[in-house]
Amino acid sequence: MSDSENMTLTLRVWRQSDCESRGKFVDYEVNNVSPHMSFLEMLDVLNEQLIVQGEEPVAFDHDCREGICGSCGVMINGQAHGPDNETTTCQLHMRRFKNGDKVVVEPWRAQAFPIVKDLVVDRTAFDRIMQAGGYVSIKTGQAPDGNSLPIPRQDQESAMDAAVCIGCGACVAACKNASAMLFTSAKVSHLAQLPQGDPERSQRVVNMVAQMDAEQFGGCSNTYECEAACPAGVSVEHIARLNREYVKASFCSTAEATIQAAE
Amino acid sequence: MSQTVLNSNIPDGPLADKWRNHKNEMKLVAPNNKRKYDIIVVGTGLAGASAAASLAELGYNVKAFCYQDSPRRAHSIAAQGGINAAKNYPNDGDSVHRLFYDTIKGGDFRAREANVHRLAEVSNNIIDQCVAQGVPFAREYGGLLGNRTFGGAQVSRTFYCRGQTGQQLLLGAYSGLMRQVSAGKVKMYPRREMLDLVNVDGVARGIVCRNLKTGEFETHAAHAVLLCTGGYGNVFYLSTNAKGCNVTAAWRCHKRGAFFANPCYTQIHPTCIPVKGDYQSKLTLMSESLRNDGRVWVPSDPSDTRTPAQIPEEARDYYLERRYPAFGNMVPRDVASRAAKERCDAGYGVSDTGKAVYLDFQRAIQEQGEDAIRAKYGNLFHMYQKITDENPYQSPMKIYPAVHYTMGGLWVDYNLESNVPGLFVLGEANFSDHGANRLGASALMQGLADGYFVAPYTVGNHLASRSLKPVTTAHPNFDKTRQEAQGRVEQLLGVNGKRSVESFHRELGNIMWEYCGMARNAEGLKKAADEIRTLKDQFWKQVFVPGSGVDFNQQLELAGRVADFMEFGELFAKDALAREESAGGHFREEHKSDDGEAKRDDENFQHVAAWEHAESGDSVRHQEELNFEVVTPSTRSYK
Repeated sequence: MSDSENMTLTLRVWRQSDCESRGKFVDYEVNNVSPHMSFLEMLDVLNEQLIVQGEEPVAFDHDCREGICGSCGVMINGQAHGPDNETTTCQLHMRRFKNGDKVVVEPWRAQAFPIVKDLVVDRTAFDRIMQAGGYVSIKTGQAPDGNSLPIPRQDQESAMDAAVCIGCGACVAACKNASAMLFTSAKVSHLAQLPQGDPERSQRVVNMVAQMDAEQFGGCSNTYECEAACPAGVSVEHIARLNREYVKASFCSTAEATIQAAE
Repeated sequence: MSQTVLNSNIPDGPLADKWRNHKNEMKLVAPNNKRKYDIIVVGTGLAGASAAASLAELGYNVKAFCYQDSPRRAHSIAAQGGINAAKNYPNDGDSVHRLFYDTIKGGDFRAREANVHRLAEVSNNIIDQCVAQGVPFAREYGGLLGNRTFGGAQVSRTFYCRGQTGQQLLLGAYSGLMRQVSAGKVKMYPRREMLDLVNVDGVARGIVCRNLKTGEFETHAAHAVLLCTGGYGNVFYLSTNAKGCNVTAAWRCHKRGAFFANPCYTQIHPTCIPVKGDYQSKLTLMSESLRNDGRVWVPSDPSDTRTPAQIPEEARDYYLERRYPAFGNMVPRDVASRAAKERCDAGYGVSDTGKAVYLDFQRAIQEQGEDAIRAKYGNLFHMYQKITDENPYQSPMKIYPAVHYTMGGLWVDYNLESNVPGLFVLGEANFSDHGANRLGASALMQGLADGYFVAPYTVGNHLASRSLKPVTTAHPNFDKTRQEAQGRVEQLLGVNGKRSVESFHRELGNIMWEYCGMARNAEGLKKAADEIRTLKDQFWKQVFVPGSGVDFNQQLELAGRVADFMEFGELFAKDALAREESAGGHFREEHKSDDGEAKRDDENFQHVAAWEHAESGDSVRHQEELNFEVVTPSTRSYK
C-alpha cells in the first residue's frame, strides 16, 4: 500500500456536549486517510489528531466493528450508514471516498433517540418495544425436543430474513417520520412465521405497536427509505406482514381487550 | 504450593451421574422465599442474559448490568458458525460421551472431566430451549433441524443460523431477559461499567459501577454476584473481540481475592482476515464453518508469484490435508493456526505481507454451485468482500490467524463459584470447560449451559445453604470500595501527559503478540514482562485522558481498561513462563515433538494454575490437580 493512495478529507461533524446543550457543526481536516480504512478507523485517526492537540475527541458508538452488534451508525452525507447498500458504518470503507471530499457526519436524528453526546444517541426505546412483546413466553427448562415440531424450511428461512435485524436504528434515522416500523415489524414477522410465536401473535403485534407509538416514533407512510438504509437487508415486506397481523389481531376478540388496555 | 486452598467441589460418584446426583442434593430456596433474594448479573452476553432471565423466572430479583447501550449488543452476537449439541440427529454416532470426549481431547486434557461432562449433558437442552424461544435454526426440507461439521469432530453436531448463530442465540436470551424486565423481575442497567467488587465478611455482596452516560458512581448490594463479562483477548490490542471487551471486571475481582486461572491459555483462530496497515483497529473472523467447504493452501514454490487462479493443482500445497489426512481442513483451531504460521514463517505465505494463506472455495463452488455456497455463507462472503474489496466467489480468501478467545479466566469450582464465596463466574470469563484449547461451536454452548442450566441451581444452593445476613449499600465497605474506584478514575484524569490511551494499548498489543502469541519461549516471556512493566510506568506518567469524569467520556473508559490490561498482561506472561510444556493454544518452543507438534508434560503440568493476587506484585501460583477417571490423556493426534 503506497502512501500516494492516501487522501485528505474535510469532515463536518456534529458536536453536542449533552442532550440539553445546543449542538453545532465543526469542520476538521483529516490527513493520511488510507482507502483501506473503515469509516470508524478514519474517525479514530481524527480523534488521535484531536487528542494530540489537547482537544476532546468525537464521541461515537461502536463495538464489534464487524457489522453485527448494531452499536455504530451515523448519517454520512445525509445517508444512514453512508452510501453502500447493506453496510454498517463500521464496514464502510474509505475507498468509497475521493481525495478532497467533504463529508458531513451527523447522529441519528429522532425524537425517540435523544442525543447522549456528539454522534451518540440513546436507543433504549428499542429495548422497551421488545419488552412489550418481542419474545415467546417460555421459561427455561420447559422446552420440548427441538425436532418435535417440524417447521417448513421456507418458513424458517423467511423468519430468519426478519430475525437478522441488528437493532441499529438506521431505519428510524432514514425515515422522514422517524418511524420504527421496520424494526418493530422485523420482530413481529420473525415470530409470527414460526409455530413457537403463534400463541401470542395477536397480543404481541398490538402491544409492540402501542409501545412504538408511546415512544413517539412516527407513523409509516410507505416511503421505503428504511429498507434502503437497512444494513441487514430487512425488507419492507415485513411491514406488510405486521399490518396484516395487526388487522387480524384487531378482529380477534382476545386482542380487542388488549388494544383497549393499551389505549 | 498450597493446594488445599482450591477445592473444586466435584461431586462423588460415577462421571455420568455426578450432575444428576448433585442436583438432587443441592439445597433449594422455597418459591415464596426467592423474592427475598437479590442477584447481580454483570454482562449480558449469552451467559449473562440467560442467567439473568432464568434466575428472574425463578422469582429472584435480578439487576443486570452491561457497558453497551443495550444488552442485545454483547459480543456473543458476533459468533458466526454454530453451537454444538449431542443430539445425534444425523445418526452419525454422536453421543453425550463423544461430545464430552472430543471437548476434553480438543482442550488437550487440561480441563476438568466433571465440568465438561456436564456441559455435554445439558447441550441438548440448550437446543430445545432456543428452538422454543423462536431461534430460527437452519432446517432440512422435511422441517427438521440441520447440522454442519466443525473442527475437532468427526460427527456433524453443530446447529446454526446461517453465519449469524451467536446473534440469533443472543437475541433469544435477550428476548427472555426483556420479558423479565417487563415482568418487573429484572432491572436493567445499560451503559454501566463494573469497576469493583464489594465483599462483606469475605462474601461477595455487591459491586461498584460507573454510569458511563453521567459519570456517576453507583453501588449495588445483593446476595450473589454473577460475573459474565467475557474474555480478555483485547490485551493483544488486535483481536476478533469487540472494541469494548475488557478484563476490568474480572481483574478487579482478582484484586479482591478471586484467583485467576490459566491466563496464558489463549485461542488464536486460524481463519481471520489478515492485518493490513498500522491504523487497523480490529481483526475480523471468517467462521470456522467455512473450512467445511474451503480448502487451505499455499503455493508449493515460495517464489511463485502467479495469481491463485493461475496456479495449477499440482503447484499447490494443501498442507492441512497433507499433514493431517484424517481431519484434513477440519483440524482444531490451535493446530490449524500453528500450521499456517509454520508455512508463512518458512516463506510460503501469500499476499504482499507474506502473512496469509489461501482459503479456497473453487472446488465447492464447482461441485455444489455458487447458490448453495451463498446460502450457507453468504453473509461471510459479503463481509469479506466489504473489508478486502476482493470477491471470494472468484478468487480464494486470504486468511491468517488472530487472537479470538481466551480459555483462561477466573477460577471456579464445579458450582461455577470462585474462591470468593457468593461470586459466580460464567461463560468465557471463567476458565472451566475448554482446557488449553476450545473447539469451534463450544463457546456458545458453554455460555448458555452456564446461564440456563447450571447457575440457576448452584446459585440457589449458595443462597439456601449459607446464612447471609442482610447487607445494604449503607454498609461501610460499599463507600470505601466506591472511594477507591473513584480514586483510580481521578488518578487517570490527573496524569495529564501527552500520549493517547490508544497508543499505549497498541504498544501493549505488540509486546503481547510478539512474545505471548502463537509461539512462546522463556526468554521472550521474561522480556514481555519487563517491557510491560516499563510501559505501565510510562502510562502513569505520560497518558493524556481528555475531558472530565462527570459526563460521557469514552477515552476515560478506555484508559481504565488499558491500565488493567497492562497489569493483567504481566500475569499472563508469568503464567506462560511457569507452564513449562506445550498444551493446546499454549505453545512453548522449548517443548515440541520432532514433527513440530505440541508436547505436553503430564507428569508435572497436569494441573490448573490459579494465581492469587499479592499487593507486592509477587502473585502466588496455586495448583489444582486434574484427575482423569474416565479418559486417558493421550497425545492429541489428528493425523
